[in-house]
Amino acid sequence: MAEKTKKDLSPEESILSPYGRLRLKIVNKFSKNKGTKSRHKMVNYAKYGYMFLIPFFVIFFIFQLVPLIQTFYYSFNTYYKDGLDMVGPTFCGWSNYVKMFTDPTIRLGDFFANTAIIWICGFIPQIVVSLLLAIFFTDERLKLKGTKFFQTVTYMPNLVMASAFGMLFLMLFSGVGPVNQLFGTHISFIDDVWWVRGILSFINWLMWFGNTAILLMSGIMGIDESLFESARLDGSSAWHTFWHITMPLLMPIFVYVLITSLIGGIQLFDVAYIFTGGSGGPQMTSNTIMMYLYSLVTNAQDFGLSGAVSVFLFLITAVLSVLVYKTLIPNYSATKAEAKARKKRMNWLKNAYSEGGNENGAD
Amino acid sequence: MEQTKQAPVFHVPSTQKKKYKSSSASLTVSRIFIYIFLIFLTLLCLFPFYILLVNCSYPSSQIQQGFHWWFGNYFANNWNKLFNNSGTPVGKALFNSLWLALVNSILTVYFSSLTAFATHTYRFKGKKFVENFILLIMMTPTQVSSMGLVLYCIQHGLTNNYWILILPCIAAPATYFYMKQYMDSILPYEVIEAARVDGTSEIGIFHKIVLPIIKPALAVQFIFCYVGNWNNFFTPAMLLNEENMKTIPLIISSFKNSDPRTFDLGLVYMLITVAVVPILIVYLIFSRSIIKNLTSGAVKG
Repeated sequence: MAEKTKKDLSPEESILSPYGRLRLKIVNKFSKNKGTKSRHKMVNYAKYGYMFLIPFFVIFFIFQLVPLIQTFYYSFNTYYKDGLDMVGPTFCGWSNYVKMFTDPTIRLGDFFANTAIIWICGFIPQIVVSLLLAIFFTDERLKLKGTKFFQTVTYMPNLVMASAFGMLFLMLFSGVGPVNQLFGTHISFIDDVWWVRGILSFINWLMWFGNTAILLMSGIMGIDESLFESARLDGSSAWHTFWHITMPLLMPIFVYVLITSLIGGIQLFDVAYIFTGGSGGPQMTSNTIMMYLYSLVTNAQDFGLSGAVSVFLFLITAVLSVLVYKTLIPNYSATKAEAKARKKRMNWLKNAYSEGGNENGAD
Repeated sequence: MEQTKQAPVFHVPSTQKKKYKSSSASLTVSRIFIYIFLIFLTLLCLFPFYILLVNCSYPSSQIQQGFHWWFGNYFANNWNKLFNNSGTPVGKALFNSLWLALVNSILTVYFSSLTAFATHTYRFKGKKFVENFILLIMMTPTQVSSMGLVLYCIQHGLTNNYWILILPCIAAPATYFYMKQYMDSILPYEVIEAARVDGTSEIGIFHKIVLPIIKPALAVQFIFCYVGNWNNFFTPAMLLNEENMKTIPLIISSFKNSDPRTFDLGLVYMLITVAVVPILIVYLIFSRSIIKNLTSGAVKG
């Protein structure tokens, strides 16, 4: 509609070459007294901006916002499947939330504790190893060879299907599996509380330490090289440099890694579900919060209670996400340097998210 | 640090020389330790996959009998058994996974670029709001927010419907941000304006000018989306329960309850290989650009 065919060019424009028209346009753009025509054009083009945004927002509203609002709504209703009949929805106030925290048969606290234990046992070694790798790979003096190779290999498990990983480790650690064969033992790994938790943590560690190492590495590479240079000239030891230069400047990215990993930890599902055969390990000691939600939806079909649990999880993760945002992007930008640093962190953040960093530990 | 700063300048050459000598010796030592550490990590990462590949070349009985260090010759048999068994439609699941991931990643990449094009090129009222709003969506974690959709579909009997898995891919904030950033760094407004002056329509500019320019970004994001969709388990597990519609992760999950003592282990190892190895091959081919892309975050800013 607003596209310009050759016919409706003004006489002034039609005698010019495309390049000439472009120049004319630029001249018009920067001249102080803009004609009404160019203003009219701006309005027309803005229309296209809105038009191209339609698919994204329509899909977002239908498939994310509406279901989310509905979940909020049902969390305040009694609504579940009883045999073949649906009971509800009838409004019941906060009773789903009260039930969630007080009903002893629900064991939500236990499942939170399981999830937390598995996450912590995976995350501490993950951050230590990743930090070491990031420092080794960026150290100017070490001049390691084959860093690209090591990065490629350590990042690889991150791309592997999490459910396949769970299945593979279930095979490896079965009573007659390769691990028992290799060490000549007969340990029944899947029946022991701490073996199951430990293996789940190990899988999480294996899947994510390469990814985290690369994120931290890109953070260290963003630190001004001259700071390290001057520290070296001042005779600062590697340990000293790490604690007084690298660590403080890496803090925002460190916090990002911590919180996204925490969000991912809350969503821990695939590996634990497959590895424990959907049962949650011995006496459900490895049943994660997401596995509980899954069973509520698929087996019990209790939409009221599962709605309440979803809303609770959503609020926790939303608060954590806001924390990431606040740490990385402070609202003030006092100086030019601060503004530049802010922009840099913003770009780093977007980049980290678009490479799937936000799912840290998720699967 | 304060003390060393005050050291007289003329002392520096001799002390530095001495320091350099001792540090070069200690550097070699630490380098050796670091290499040992790195090789250990490498082995840890590769060992599970090595056992996987070795074991899918043996029949089930031999896998149970003992540990194998080298490949057997039962690979083709396991392969045939996996795809010709009557119980689980592995071939169909493989096909489902392949096309579903393909369609989803094409939609994600195309519409994210279109959305990025809109906010990159045009000036309109509420643009700042739109950008911040998408950033906010990006922050909300996917699994928890997809819970609402799953509940909605089960309540309204929309299970076993591929559209529910395909259409939401159009709104992918993380991919949008990557594309936006890429366009900001590489696509000057003059190019769009020149095309416009030549009489190209706005959507034509996007198809003929913008998409070819951002091809490298499209490729990288396509790979990430494809891997993500291929591996996706949580949502399909709740929405697909018809055997013929299942994807590969769901087929793997259906084996989870089988007792390893009675089950055909060669078959399961083969299934895992089919699920994992294609992605790893693609990764190894493109690993250079993927890793470069991952590390570029800080450099770009």
